[in-house]
Amino acid sequence: MTLKTLLTGAVLALGLTSTIALAQDDKTKVGFIYVGPIGDGGWTYEHDKGRLAIEEHFGDKVETIYRESVSEGADASRAITQMALSGADLIFTTSFGFMDATVSVAEKFPDVKFEHATGYKTAPNLATYSARFYEGRAIQGHIAGKMTKSNIVGYIASYPIPEVIRGINAAFIHARKVNPDVQFKIIWAYTWFDPAKEADAATALIEQGADVILQHTDSTAPQAAAEKAGGVVTFGQASDMAEYKPFPRVSSIIDNWAPYYIARTQAVIDGTWETQQVWHGIKEGMVEIGEITDAVPADVREEALAMKAAIASGEYHPFTGPLKKQDGSDWLAEGETADDGTLLGMDFYVEGLEGDIPQ
Amino acid sequence: MDLSSINPVLLLASLIAASTPILLAAIGELVVERAGVLNLGVEGMMITGAICGFAIAVNTGSPFAGFVMAALGGAALSLLFAALTQIALANHVASGLALTLFGLGLSSLLGQGYVGIKPPPTPKLDIPLLSDIPILGPVLFSHDLMVYLALALVAAVWGMLKYTRAGLILRAVGENHDAAHALGYKVVRVRVLAIAFGGACAGLGGAYLSLVRVPQWTEGMTAGVGWIALALVVFASWKAGRVLLGAWLFGGVSVLQLNLQAAGVAVPVEYLSMSPYLVTILVLVIMSADKSRAPGSLGRIFHASQ
Repeated sequence: MTLKTLLTGAVLALGLTSTIALAQDDKTKVGFIYVGPIGDGGWTYEHDKGRLAIEEHFGDKVETIYRESVSEGADASRAITQMALSGADLIFTTSFGFMDATVSVAEKFPDVKFEHATGYKTAPNLATYSARFYEGRAIQGHIAGKMTKSNIVGYIASYPIPEVIRGINAAFIHARKVNPDVQFKIIWAYTWFDPAKEADAATALIEQGADVILQHTDSTAPQAAAEKAGGVVTFGQASDMAEYKPFPRVSSIIDNWAPYYIARTQAVIDGTWETQQVWHGIKEGMVEIGEITDAVPADVREEALAMKAAIASGEYHPFTGPLKKQDGSDWLAEGETADDGTLLGMDFYVEGLEGDIPQ
Repeated sequence: MDLSSINPVLLLASLIAASTPILLAAIGELVVERAGVLNLGVEGMMITGAICGFAIAVNTGSPFAGFVMAALGGAALSLLFAALTQIALANHVASGLALTLFGLGLSSLLGQGYVGIKPPPTPKLDIPLLSDIPILGPVLFSHDLMVYLALALVAAVWGMLKYTRAGLILRAVGENHDAAHALGYKVVRVRVLAIAFGGACAGLGGAYLSLVRVPQWTEGMTAGVGWIALALVVFASWKAGRVLLGAWLFGGVSVLQLNLQAAGVAVPVEYLSMSPYLVTILVLVIMSADKSRAPGSLGRIFHASQ
């Protein structure tokens, strides 16, 4: 009996304080759902840098909250719901696997704005945003093709989703262009973040002769494995991974989310937020190329930088024909460039890649 | 498909390295569970060991000191669990889960200054003559000390449980703590010691990840290894030999599937990815057909007055 009264009292008190909190809530609250820990040194780390940039830019006007290491699945909708209930005005969910959870939660909270990274489903209160990582992959592919001596490039892929497949294709096309003998060995890790598994995957690739490793997983473990093996080139993924400069890490793709996050938070404050599908690249500064170190020969560096400039100016598109699909059928004719629709739904390898994409 | 690109010698050598963290954590948990305590905090203790070992190894430049501190760190955390369950008589499952959450949080707090730092290399124990034997040399005799320590621990635990008086007391406490208490054995003391041993082993396993296998510190780097170790103990029917077999199977198939993928074997990747779990469970379930069962007092709270 006493326990019951106590509990009822506690619940009432909680309810009361939260109403008060709601009534006093004039700050804009921005929430983030992360797939990995903020200290992963890669993907989530960069998103969190964007969150910190919001805090710095807006100061006391905005409050940010986040939840890290949220697994993709049932847990995700619980975490997002909880964040919406806690009074967030704008919620960024930062992994492809959060897509369906974000859609269903967005339906239940029409007054909260949602932004989902790398997905394709939108709603009146749900926008998507992504970066054209494949532009960076093209530059990495060029360097990889020039740097490999064994002509075997290892690729640690995460999940068979269009974003990852696009990266593989972009890197392969440009590696083949400068080195007709190059081969890609691809391992699907089926995880975004598992340092031990990523290290094992890198080691397996190196043991099978790869001397360049590209990764689409989030931790720096493959860099450490490459360094241990010696003589293996790597690239920073999502973040600069500068601690492995100048070798094995010779360059990187850096995701710079901060300007976008600040702009969207501003839009919510101003009441001008609208749903949209944003896909920015090198030109807009969402994709940055980390310093190409001295371990890369000067002429290769010049070529890579020239390609970066051409992509930024819109003069060159990484998917420019003539290109064939893996099965030999025609995809792009001479001079034709891929449209965004095909790229967003990419589910095929280009000609020359071996193996099948897991379905 | 190009199977010739897989080097079986390198594969077997990396199998042994890949299974060591699971083996260490599982053999510790085996002792804990044989004493009748269910500690679900293995993951938390592992990751705490990983950062303790990493921090000390970086600061002192000695991987050996790192491993010692990892064992102490894991044991210290496990004593928290011991205090909760053995003195405050809290529920084992809830306390263990809390320990995992606490360990994950504590480790990322401790590890804040250590992201992106490289640890001192752990020397390989190149045994003269033995490591020069073709095939067997690189597979068996060119690892670091921890690999051999893990194997020695398995043998020691097996021998202790089977042949010694201490092992008999430990098992008695685990099978029926009331009877053991009636015989005059100090149930709580035995269990606290077992829990501390389990914590130390988990800590060593974590440090093996952060100092040898990956080697670097990343938040949440154990990524579920502790849970696999926990499951392994159950599937191995609480027997030391089977824990070793299970760990090797799991580590071996994990490494093998990555190698098969890289070699472009025409088996769908989904099957390859699930194969470590599937093979390990299958083999151990078939082996446990001999009606081995869990220790009788597993997970039950003991108080002398009851």
